[in-house]
Amino acid sequence: MSGIHEAAALVPQSGLDGEFWSTQGSNLLLAAISIVAFIAVVALVMFGADLVRGRIRDKVQLVVLITPVLVLLGIGLVYPVIDTVWLSFTEIVKEPDPVTGINTETSNFVGLQNYIYAFTDPTVFRTILNTLVWIVLVPLLSTGVGLAYAVFIDRAKGEKALKSLVFMPMAISFVGASVIWGSIMYDYNETGAQTGMLNAVLGTFGIGPINFLAEEPWNTFFLIVILSWIQTGFAMVIISAAIKGVPPEINEAASLDGANSWQRFWRITVPSIRGTLVVVMTTITIATLKVYDIVRTLTQGRYNTDVVANKMYVLSFVEQRQPLGAALAVILFIFVIPIVIYNVRSLQKVKETR
Amino acid sequence: MATPAPAIPDETKQPKSKAAKAKENLTSPWATGAAIIIAALWTIPTIGLFMTSLVPGDQYRTEAWWDVLLSGDMTFENFGYVLFNSFGDSSSADPLLGNLMNSIVVTVPTVVFPLVIGLMAAYAFAWIPFKGSNFLFVFIFALQVVPIQLALIPLLRLLGPNGVGIAGEFPGVWLAHTIFAMPLAVFLLHNFIAQIPSDIIEAARVDGASHTQIFFRVIIPLSLPAIASLAIFQFLWVWNDLLVSAVFGSINTYPLTYPISNLAGSYGATAYLVPPAAFISMIIPLIVFFSLQRYFVRGLLAGSTKG
Amino acid sequence: MSIKRRYIAPIAATAIAGLALAGCSSSDDPDTSDSASGGGGEMMEGCEDYADYGTFDGGEVEVYTTITGVELGQLEETFTDFSSCTGITVNVVSSDEFETEINIRVDGGNPPDLAIIPQPGLLQTLVGTGTVIPASEAVEANVDEFWSADWKQYGTVGQTFYAAPLMASVKGWVWYSPAEFADNGYEIPATWDELMTLTQTMADNGGAGPNYKPWCIGFESGTATGWAGTDWVEDIVLREAGADAYDQWVTGELDFASPEIKSAFEKFGDIALNTDYINGGLGGTQSIVDTSFQEAGLQILESSCSLHHQASFYEAQWPEGTTVAEDGDIWAFLTPPIAEGDPSAVTGGGEFVASFRDAPEVDAVQTYMSSDTWANIRVSLGGVISANKGLDPTNASSAIGQQAIEILQSDDTVFRFDGSDLMPSAVGASAFWTEMVNYVQGKDLDTVLADIDAAWP
Repeated sequence: MSGIHEAAALVPQSGLDGEFWSTQGSNLLLAAISIVAFIAVVALVMFGADLVRGRIRDKVQLVVLITPVLVLLGIGLVYPVIDTVWLSFTEIVKEPDPVTGINTETSNFVGLQNYIYAFTDPTVFRTILNTLVWIVLVPLLSTGVGLAYAVFIDRAKGEKALKSLVFMPMAISFVGASVIWGSIMYDYNETGAQTGMLNAVLGTFGIGPINFLAEEPWNTFFLIVILSWIQTGFAMVIISAAIKGVPPEINEAASLDGANSWQRFWRITVPSIRGTLVVVMTTITIATLKVYDIVRTLTQGRYNTDVVANKMYVLSFVEQRQPLGAALAVILFIFVIPIVIYNVRSLQKVKETR
Repeated sequence: MATPAPAIPDETKQPKSKAAKAKENLTSPWATGAAIIIAALWTIPTIGLFMTSLVPGDQYRTEAWWDVLLSGDMTFENFGYVLFNSFGDSSSADPLLGNLMNSIVVTVPTVVFPLVIGLMAAYAFAWIPFKGSNFLFVFIFALQVVPIQLALIPLLRLLGPNGVGIAGEFPGVWLAHTIFAMPLAVFLLHNFIAQIPSDIIEAARVDGASHTQIFFRVIIPLSLPAIASLAIFQFLWVWNDLLVSAVFGSINTYPLTYPISNLAGSYGATAYLVPPAAFISMIIPLIVFFSLQRYFVRGLLAGSTKG
Repeated sequence: MSIKRRYIAPIAATAIAGLALAGCSSSDDPDTSDSASGGGGEMMEGCEDYADYGTFDGGEVEVYTTITGVELGQLEETFTDFSSCTGITVNVVSSDEFETEINIRVDGGNPPDLAIIPQPGLLQTLVGTGTVIPASEAVEANVDEFWSADWKQYGTVGQTFYAAPLMASVKGWVWYSPAEFADNGYEIPATWDELMTLTQTMADNGGAGPNYKPWCIGFESGTATGWAGTDWVEDIVLREAGADAYDQWVTGELDFASPEIKSAFEKFGDIALNTDYINGGLGGTQSIVDTSFQEAGLQILESSCSLHHQASFYEAQWPEGTTVAEDGDIWAFLTPPIAEGDPSAVTGGGEFVASFRDAPEVDAVQTYMSSDTWANIRVSLGGVISANKGLDPTNASSAIGQQAIEILQSDDTVFRFDGSDLMPSAVGASAFWTEMVNYVQGKDLDTVLADIDAAWP
């Protein structure tokens, strides 16, 4: 038998008939009309607010400018946040009805119990430690390599092409990237020929094979490499733009003073783009906190590689232990507070000096 | 007040100053070598993906792509398979080309909506002093970290059949993506807009310009590079999303990431089609990147030379 | 969606026409299918089987499932004639993140019309939310007629019957090469001890392939890595401790740390932790975790191992050109009972169809899927089996499928559902899997068992 092979033998059916194209056409049209209508409405409201006369005009315009974002965030994110914080202090007791099987849910306030569990259960606590390693290494690696690359290729021949090479991983989804690294780069066979590129290369030097995803504690580092591989493109592109914004006169003056390129890099380039570096690292750090797909696809948290975001996903949606998942989510929030404070201070300085 | 004006300089027309030459010196052989090494390291996995996508299905599991390359069995058949054909003998599922189109229909509006709304809010937070402005901005900034998974169920209740009833259709997917994109869009655009030299804005205010007028005449033209950069990133993030599309979409709206993740399932029988499908999904984002790349001359945050 | 049907209908019609099923005559002229979906009202030729479901004018039903790939296409094909005759469009939507997405969709108030649920434990969770509609009388009548009481019970939560069984698989087959057995004079073991003796003999004799070991085992399965190991333990528990102990174990009355369950782990460990016995062609114990469950058994073809424990669906993994038959390249025997004379007991899996929308067209589809008509059509398309008693075993696409159907339909067989699918997902879809992995990697058994017990909610 084998349904699969029978099926593969049949000629696949092409689905590209007239109706396919008319559906696609009407979808594209819907998108186009929606965009135009959206911009038209925004413009109309803004110009409408401009017709208001007198002192109230500024206030009306302020309301017009910030209302959309507040409404969207209010319905989409603020309510879930409040709900999550509350959930993290509760436990849900489900009592199934003996006849219908339908649960009666009661939610009890349990104080810090879920948090105590998170910090005392060794597997959960390990995810917190791992996440700390991730949020230190991923921003450093991506920003470091991105900065170095941006400086090296600045004004070099074929700069745009060189940029696209490092930018390319940005075009791959986290799951896609995990599949590439897991099955093409890191693949490991204990015996026989190696089909993973890294082990095949190592093998020609007589090393290995190495089971990259199982060797503790390096496996976490190998997973971090994947996210850094993706995020470097983001860092590089933004930093490169910032470098081009450094006034040439400063470099010129330094050069005349006899500073070599290494000194100019540390004394001029880096301080000049400090603000950009902070924003890039902030964005990457926050993205890193949320990434669960890589761990979920490659190790499912085995070999002590789990991170908070994945554990939260598993607890909330696989194991249906939502209050615990909520507590982990709140712990993620707490990780971000120092970053928020640092950024707010930087911003305040900018506002004061302008 | 050393913040440079975030106008778009046309570097090709700039006369080569001494400084530019001094900068070129930095491009020493050592730097060139390092750049080539980084470029190579970053490209190798993608090349591996491409080569693997040329491996025929029956050799996918057992043979490495370089062995298949040497034996001359490589084929482009897999690409045609994923793009134009349904899978199996009778699947009524659309070929991936349909999902590719859906990806475009999902992505383009969800780039425009958050950019426009984010730009409006970013201007207000950066340049209109009002009570609670700082608090609100910090709050929005902090919302970035809300894991999307937690927000799915409450928002689905609102958009689903018991609420507005647009879940499963494109507008529902657009709205969900727009909401989840807001905090980062406001944060990044604010960073750029806040560093527009105050003289420009103040001059306009003295001339009696309203906020609406400043927004359209000053902010938007000056922010074009930031808008273009954020547009690219927002495009990539939405393009590569699976979770939001899976929850708020339906079979009529599923983007490319959806069938790709399913290809890996089914006891692995179609796993050999994952590399070509993943490769195809990279092509359009790269085209977008190439076409918008010139705006990166002074890209996102280009003004933020002071911290 | 319905557009594609025009292309499919001719193929499906040919396929079904060739089946010669009693009472199943298909639409003679596929071109009429289109007019049927639009027309509503009048009865068409070849639609006798579908007359009871009525006709609908443009009803649409979404069926949500974990099934992807070729099997998805086959599933969709089962609705071709049904759709042309009743006018109901059936949209099959599949996702490999079904188990998490279904919870989100249900909690978010946007459930599918019908869901094909692969675990009774998940069904219980979903019923708990109050969104699942109890099965209609027509569905229940079909299930009473065509399924055993055990199967009906798996679709029942509390005392209410919710979901009709759909397809099934028999687990616990041991795949082997009949030629190798004949050449070496190996006999099919009748007891567990004979199996272990056979294993030792094989280890002593060795084999032709590189790194030969008697067994090959693979646990890797993406986010579900480890489930292949739970199948082993379940098979041994059912055979050694018996059906009653098995039932207590899956409901949590019997701890993992209890002697019955510990003994089953140890029996599995006798094979999986013995480097003389595993892992043929693949390496040591670590390779169990790194090797995907699809690939492990293929070592038999390389003569690197002789035995591979996996469910009936493993048949689809053998490469093209492999004959799966008693006298072919590959065949399988059921994991033997522990002692001679023990009742024949098998574990297995299956799917259940639950409804979330109370509408006549949804009910019609659910009823159809619980009928013998559906089971015969689906099984004839190949690759799967069903425990539906109205199923003609000769429709199965393979000898192993026929044998599995006979086992399922036999009144002498003690059938128990895959235990991990019945346990709460914190154990059955999480801790049990991960601790199986830890066990083969050398974690102390008592700790393994205690850790699984700790995860029980």
